Amino acid sequence: MTGPTPNGAQALWQTLAAHGVGTVFGYPGGAIMPVYDALTLFPDIRHILARHEQGAIHAAEGWAKATGDLGVCLATSGPGATNLVTGLADAMMDSVPLLAITGNVARHLMGTDAFQEADITGITLPITKHNYVVQDAAELPRIVAEAIRIARSGRPGPVLVDIPKDVQLAAFSGEVHGPHAPPEAPAPLPEALEAAAALLREARKPVLMVGGGAQGAAAEVTAFARAWRLPTITTLMGLGAFPASDPLWLGMPGMHGSVAANRAISEADVLVGIGLRFDDRVTGRVKDFASHASIIHIDLDAAEISKIVRAHVPVRADAGQAARLLTERAQPLSHPEWTAALAEWRTRGEHPSHWGAAQAVRQVVSRLGPDDILSTDVGQHQMLAAQLARFQKPRRWLTSGGLGTMGFGFPAAIGAALAEPGVTSMVIAGDGGFQMTAQELATLTKYGIRNVKICVVNNSYLGMVRQWQELFHGRRYSEVYLGDSNPDFLKLADAYGISGWRADNSADLEGALDAWLAHDGSALLEVVVPNEHGVFPMVPAGAALSEMIETEPVPGGPA
Amino acid sequence: MTADQQAAPQDHLVSALVRDEPRVLTRITSLFGRRAYNIRSLSVGSTEQPGVSRMTFVVTGDRAIVEQAMKQLEKLHDVLHVIDHSLEKFVDRELVLVKVAITPESRVEVRQIAEDFRARIVDVGRRALTFEVTGDEGKVTAFIEQMRPFGILETMRTGRVALTRGSNADIPGHVYHGEKRALGPLLASAAED
Repeated sequence: MTGPTPNGAQALWQTLAAHGVGTVFGYPGGAIMPVYDALTLFPDIRHILARHEQGAIHAAEGWAKATGDLGVCLATSGPGATNLVTGLADAMMDSVPLLAITGNVARHLMGTDAFQEADITGITLPITKHNYVVQDAAELPRIVAEAIRIARSGRPGPVLVDIPKDVQLAAFSGEVHGPHAPPEAPAPLPEALEAAAALLREARKPVLMVGGGAQGAAAEVTAFARAWRLPTITTLMGLGAFPASDPLWLGMPGMHGSVAANRAISEADVLVGIGLRFDDRVTGRVKDFASHASIIHIDLDAAEISKIVRAHVPVRADAGQAARLLTERAQPLSHPEWTAALAEWRTRGEHPSHWGAAQAVRQVVSRLGPDDILSTDVGQHQMLAAQLARFQKPRRWLTSGGLGTMGFGFPAAIGAALAEPGVTSMVIAGDGGFQMTAQELATLTKYGIRNVKICVVNNSYLGMVRQWQELFHGRRYSEVYLGDSNPDFLKLADAYGISGWRADNSADLEGALDAWLAHDGSALLEVVVPNEHGVFPMVPAGAALSEMIETEPVPGGPA
Repeated sequence: MTADQQAAPQDHLVSALVRDEPRVLTRITSLFGRRAYNIRSLSVGSTEQPGVSRMTFVVTGDRAIVEQAMKQLEKLHDVLHVIDHSLEKFVDRELVLVKVAITPESRVEVRQIAEDFRARIVDVGRRALTFEVTGDEGKVTAFIEQMRPFGILETMRTGRVALTRGSNADIPGHVYHGEKRALGPLLASAAED
């Protein structure tokens, strides 16, 4: 290899290459320059230059969520590193395997308030699975290998490795490390499985809840549900881990969950949760959550079991392994009365078919193919998409579940589009969230990314906040109106060389969808919808799931 | 729910064997702080094993809170092993330095009480004596209460340290290899209230 003397920065790239990392998302700066310099020696590694570090890390998350594999991002010290904070917190909440590498000032400057210095390991302690400051170039390969193992193993999560500039430049003569074998998940206790099977055999109103932790075990979990004939709910993060076309599927639970899912939880006598953490948006008032049910909680992370909802049968296990072992014990259940009740509830809470955000989202998501990926920001469009899209496969739905990050959807779609160039990577964003990371339109253009289809559902408001102000703050719409200052989204896209279409009614939307999806290349579709539609069903914050409002209240009608 | 139906907050003694790495203390206290677990005392020191430190916490809360705190601790990469001292018999000690005001009249009495407690005098001044007392928490507290009428000028307690009784070491083999043990499977009994 010709070029500069081997140094820490080169050891970093060698280690990443040895781990099969082929794509990294990043943004250069002073304290990471040796790493960017060394990148020129590694032509097989593709670096994607985002326009903001937040774009880079969400793209790395999108890559990881779509593939189940490690996402990698890179930033400089100080402001570059702090711009990763939102993405790290997001990845922590949603258990995304992620490696973030940051530069820092030279070791002798650390702690002196040097230019562009920030204590990024201190800042990110509570929002990373683990983090490191590398003090010696010789340690770099070991630390990076360990960081990758931690990010990917057990319950995945983000790991940050901070590398002072002088360590990047220090001479390196050691060996690089390939991947460590991941530690094996502990086998579930046979007595715990027996207890779970015994409960299920006695159940008269069973229900299975599948969370994001089962995205990598969809086949096993689906087989488990079918073998026992368990009515199945997928949480926001679990969408796609059980096929929506299956007659056993009841939809999503929680604040904007389906009537069937929430009724099933409220009435169930046995509830199996697998790969989920009973988020407050899922449980509603915890005291009344599944209050008639014995809870079987299967999770790899022991700390999640009985954290919120007390488990009667705790099963600490990998989702796939536990599902397989429970399938072996299966006795298909038959509960005609329960099935009939569920069937009746499934017909409730339908969205109105007149023109509005729900109808628009319904039309858009109906165009998704089974392999296509859908990502969203956070808010009304997200909940509508979650309610209306029908995912048949896992890892096709990328959304910021735990942190609720506006600006997530578009860069995440870019990451997914690069990971899977053969499928359409569709984004549904709101007019608010899209503007938080809209500058990543440049990334599409720079790399000629052709499979990202952006749909901006424009209701001129921060719609979900507006809905809460409408319902809980006496319609005092405080600082949520964007319509007077939104850009012309088509012109904005055009400014970056991206084509666009617009529709403001159902019939025009069909034509615009045809053109938008047929366009050879990434494209933007703006769908203009009425301002004041809400997302229903809805369980008010702090209420029980059984207290859900099934359909949108009629304006002026009884409260 | 009435007050007496709620599980009363109790002190739980928990030890953690941790890697001797920078920021470990911050990492752990940050975890406790973020999740609002109340640490009443914390002692940290090295162990006979190079690279491994031992922390002993007194965590206040009901059983569920302490269980959750231990599980969260065990998740940290730097935490090699967590010991719940309520599961086995243990010895625990605390050390306190107490500076007591004395007068010519009280001097003898103060020294007599100190002798009863087997407190050692570590500093002698004209108007004060400083004692070192080691013992379990009750003894240390009792000593301080006995001295209070004379006028306590200053105290410094170390917080509790503990070891499991018997010949078995608290430190399992994997810790000697610097390895983090995969958490054991959860027992069904963990769900019992």
